[in-house]
Amino acid sequence: MCATCGCGQPGMRLVVLAEGAGKPPEHPHQPEQPHQQQHPHQPEHPHQHQHEHEHEHPDDQRHRPAPETISLERRVLDHNDRLAETNRAWFAEHGLLAVNLMSSPGSGKTTLLVRTVTDLLPSLGMSVIEGDQETTLDAERLAATGCPAVQVNTGSGCHLDAGMIERALGPLCPPAPGVVFIENVGNLVCPGLFDLGERERVVITSVTEGADKPLKYPAMFHSASLVILNKIDLAPYVDFDDAAFARAVSMVSHHAQVLRLSATTGAGLAAWYEWLQIRVKTQPISP
Amino acid sequence: MTGVHGMHELAIAESVIEAVRDKTGERTVLTVRLEVGRLSGVLVDSLQFCFMLAAADTPLAGAELQIHQPAGVARCASCGAEFEVTDLILLCECGSFDVEVLTGQQLLINSVEVG
Repeated sequence: MCATCGCGQPGMRLVVLAEGAGKPPEHPHQPEQPHQQQHPHQPEHPHQHQHEHEHEHPDDQRHRPAPETISLERRVLDHNDRLAETNRAWFAEHGLLAVNLMSSPGSGKTTLLVRTVTDLLPSLGMSVIEGDQETTLDAERLAATGCPAVQVNTGSGCHLDAGMIERALGPLCPPAPGVVFIENVGNLVCPGLFDLGERERVVITSVTEGADKPLKYPAMFHSASLVILNKIDLAPYVDFDDAAFARAVSMVSHHAQVLRLSATTGAGLAAWYEWLQIRVKTQPISP
Repeated sequence: MTGVHGMHELAIAESVIEAVRDKTGERTVLTVRLEVGRLSGVLVDSLQFCFMLAAADTPLAGAELQIHQPAGVARCASCGAEFEVTDLILLCECGSFDVEVLTGQQLLINSVEVG
C-alpha cells in the first residue's frame, strides 16, 4: 500500500456523484514506474525448498558487507509534497481556488458547503471533493444542489492526501474559473500534515465544541489561514466563551482570520462569501 | 482519540519506508535516522510502534529508528526576540502572541545505515 500518494491503496474508493463541465487534468502522476521498483519483493514463500542438509559457513562474515551509512536528507512526506505542488500548479493554471476544509466530525462542514453552493452556484463556478472514511452521503447532499461532486472514501485512512486529490480531479472536471472545495476527513489531527495543493486552509469549529479547541489542536489551527466558528445561533444555549475562543486562536496563530457564522440561519455568511469571492478574483502571481 | 493519533503515524511510517527503499532498494537496513521537529504533530512513541509493524516483510524489518527531536524556533514580530518553543502555544516573554514559527515542524530522513 502506498500511504503517501494513495495509488494502489486498496482502501481508497472514488465515487463520482456529479461531473463538472470543466477539463480533467492530464495525468501527471505515473505510479506504475516508481512502484514497480518499490514492491519487488514478494515474501509469501520464503522457504518453499527443504533444508535437507546443513552447510558449514565458516567464512560467513567475509561475505557480509560492512555497514554503510547513506545520507538521504529528504523530507518524509516528499512524495506527497511533490504531488501537492503539481496539484497547486494545475489549480493556478486553470484559475481555480482550492480550499481545504478541515474540522472535527459534526462541526457543520457539509451543511456550510451545501448552503454555500446553493447561494453562490449561479454566480460562481464550484465543485466539491468529499473525503470520508465510508459512505457517499456527503457527496450526495452536494450533488443534489447541482454542484459537481466526487466522494473519496479513505477506508481506514484518517486524512486525504495529494494523490487522492489528483485522482479525484479527473472525474470531477471542475468548472473554471471558480472554487474547488476539498472537505477533508473529519479529524483535527492527521489532515493538517498532508498538503493537498490547496491555496487556502480553512478550519471549521463550532460553539458546541467549546472555546478551547484551538489550544487542544494547535497544529491544525496554526496551519489555517481562516478559522470559521459555526453554529453561533446555538451560543446562548451552550455557555460559549467567545473572548476565550478569540484568545485561544491568537495564541496558536497570529495570522488566521476568524469568521463567526451560522450555516443554518445564514447569520454571518456574507463575510464568508466575500472572503471566497476576493480570493477567486485574486490569482497567485506565479503558479 | 488514541486510535486517531496512531493513524497518521502509520502513514508517516509507511512514507519513511518507501522513501528509504527508493534509495536502498533490497539492501538490508539496520538503522534509520529521523529528525522529527517538536512542533510537527507526530508522536514518536506511536511512530516507533507503527514503523515496527509497517517494516515487517521489508528490508527494513527490525531496523532501529533513531529519532532526533529538535525544539522549534520562533520569532516575535513585536519585539524581535528569537526563542525556543516546544509547542504551538506561541507567547513571547514580552506578552505578544504575534509570533512566527521559524523551525520545528520538519519531518526529515537524515540518513540510513545499511548492512
